[in-house]
Amino acid sequence: MSLNAATNTTRILKDNLFRNNPVASQIIGICSALAVTNNLINTFIMGVGVALSTAFSSFTLSLMKAWIPQKVRMIIQVLVLSFYVILLDILLRAFIPDIAKALGPYIGLIITNCILMGRAEAFAQANPPGAAFWDGLTSGIGYLMVLMIVAFFRELLGFGTLFGVPVLPDQFIPWTIMVMAPSAFFVLAIYIWIHNTLLAKKRK
Amino acid sequence: MTPDVHPLTLLIASVFTNNILLSLFLGMCSFISISKDLKASNGLGMAVTLVLTITTLINWMVYHWVIVPFELDYLRYIVFIIVIAAIVQVLEMVIERVSPTLYRGLGIFLPLITVNCAIMGVSLFMQLRNYDLLQSAFFGAGSGLGWWLAIVLLAAIRQRIEKNPIPAGLKGAGITLITIGIIGMAFLGFAGMLKVQ
Repeated sequence: MSLNAATNTTRILKDNLFRNNPVASQIIGICSALAVTNNLINTFIMGVGVALSTAFSSFTLSLMKAWIPQKVRMIIQVLVLSFYVILLDILLRAFIPDIAKALGPYIGLIITNCILMGRAEAFAQANPPGAAFWDGLTSGIGYLMVLMIVAFFRELLGFGTLFGVPVLPDQFIPWTIMVMAPSAFFVLAIYIWIHNTLLAKKRK
Repeated sequence: MTPDVHPLTLLIASVFTNNILLSLFLGMCSFISISKDLKASNGLGMAVTLVLTITTLINWMVYHWVIVPFELDYLRYIVFIIVIAAIVQVLEMVIERVSPTLYRGLGIFLPLITVNCAIMGVSLFMQLRNYDLLQSAFFGAGSGLGWWLAIVLLAAIRQRIEKNPIPAGLKGAGITLITIGIIGMAFLGFAGMLKVQ
């Protein structure tokens, strides 16, 4: 039994990080993925926020699943998600007000991030709380991972910095386009291209 | 402090220079999945415009007449999302009654408007930027129109490139994102026309 549970745990982790990565494979939750990724610090906070709120909301919804009537489950899911996002918003504003301000409305928009709703619908509804928590957490980490990779290239090429620290020589001319919106689409598209190609190769 | 912007300027700006989709990335999920089909895109664009205009207005009233006087600012996310969910529910019933074809075309995507970040995002931006009632109405309508324009453009382009030889790994989402990026670059050309921020 314990062996079984262990393989299950790693399978969920691998699934959510690679094969079924919410951003790269399922193309969900990318609104915020694109908006915050021209800065690594903001991206990291955002990703951790999403991972934690997904984990806790999945956990809570899984605990409550026996009492939620099928018909109103959407609105209950949204309420539980909002609860955790509000907590997150208050915490961020209390401890790191600068970053909270930079992220602005995108914190509130975690509520409408399809990853949270998607995990609640697809996993938490039919699984025990512990597994739901793990599933939510790993989905969030899968999201964080893709965001960090996108943000790495955008910040490096757009500002010549990493985590705000200049790393490129002075002669480097920043690519202004990397700071602006279109580059987010291009970088993510290239990531998805590589992701899909590798997956296809593995399947053969 | 209400920003000193003429509502009509705001309308034009939110369609072209500050398009919610191309510059703020709001509403991407349904954007990518629906834009496979031009007709459904048109329907969804219409629905989003309608929902956005109504919800932005109602959320403005709720925020300024209920949340602010009672100092419930920390509850605004929940209140906004409930208002949005209720309006979408009503709209769904109305569309089902008035136009069954459109209802079938939109299928499961109409309820998904509730979790469309564009709707929630515009309400949050409206509150963050302190727009007054009229400005909010035009901001909501303009954002909806901008989203509609963007999804119809993308759906039309996707129909054309469908049969082109695209590398296997780029098929679907990859090439769609690149297309959106190029549309976004084209829209950057409007950027010099207006400044609202």
